[in-house]
Amino acid sequence: MQGKGVKMNEEKGMSLIVKTVTRWLKGFIFLFGAYIVVYGHLSPGGGFPGGVVFAATFILITLAFGREYALRKIGKILASELDSLGALLFLLIALLGIYYGGTFFLNFIEKNHPTGNFNLFSAGIIPLCQISIGMKVGASLFMIFIILSVVRVVFVDGKGKLITTEKKDKK
Amino acid sequence: MEIIIGILLVFMIIGSIISLETKDLLSAIIAIVPVGYFCGIIYLFLGAPDIAITQMVVEVLSLIILIRATIRRDLTTIEEERDFFGLITTFAFIFVFFIFSMEALRYLPPFGTPSFTLNNNSPSNRYLMNGLKETGAANIVSAIILDYRGYDTLGEATILFTSILGALAILRIYARKRSKNE
Repeated sequence: MQGKGVKMNEEKGMSLIVKTVTRWLKGFIFLFGAYIVVYGHLSPGGGFPGGVVFAATFILITLAFGREYALRKIGKILASELDSLGALLFLLIALLGIYYGGTFFLNFIEKNHPTGNFNLFSAGIIPLCQISIGMKVGASLFMIFIILSVVRVVFVDGKGKLITTEKKDKK
Repeated sequence: MEIIIGILLVFMIIGSIISLETKDLLSAIIAIVPVGYFCGIIYLFLGAPDIAITQMVVEVLSLIILIRATIRRDLTTIEEERDFFGLITTFAFIFVFFIFSMEALRYLPPFGTPSFTLNNNSPSNRYLMNGLKETGAANIVSAIILDYRGYDTLGEATILFTSILGALAILRIYARKRSKNE
């Protein structure tokens, strides 16, 4: 669970109480987001609120443990890759409708479950679309948070690697 | 129910006025909170739990981002008298907008009337009647936004993607210029 260079109990971020509560609760918050996304076609919810809950989990980790720990867990490059992956997955599902039936956004998977409608594996492409939208929204909102509040100066060194540093003396 | 919604709307208006008039930036952010939360509660009263969940969650996230992004910034206050002509123009525009909206609101159906489902040939009626059979999704909102209106959702996702791209690009250019000076 611990990172390689940055330990959890280091003097970064908030107090020990906040860190302990975060360590206990972050899995449950993530699980709630996953529930909202996956059951979006059966109960209220869907890809967008679930994705925002995903982003809130990582923002909670960032606030509690400091930015080095959180950026080690999910870096800025990984967040942008997840963002692009979600958007491309959504577009791919839409284009597969043309391949199978000739219509954009055709619901080409079997819609009704044999045992009834109110089942997790029903509604064809709708759960897949929810998952891709949730991935995209979570990654992009986490990137917005990183850009607006954590990263002060970003520069590229010789190897083309993104390094985040914070400028101490502000004009 | 209309009385409860009216009370919540009054609290929202009071909160936005306080957040506009207060001097402290953190107090302004705290005072803007009722606008979002009461908006979510109103959605819940009106029978739209999907939108209510989204509103609540986005409100929490935007509150965190606003506090983190503004708490270290220097606040520049402008001590000036308000422009008299600008004030007159603002009130004139508000008055004209009020007149036109009163004229337009006369043609709205009464509160709580599902007027879009009264016509048998309307798309809303078809979604409600055949939604479960045609898409298999029990939540009709998901069925509409991802099956019937999937193209709109694709456009929405594209808007979000483009805006994130723009924010990233602008902030990275600024950062690179700064690192060259060092």
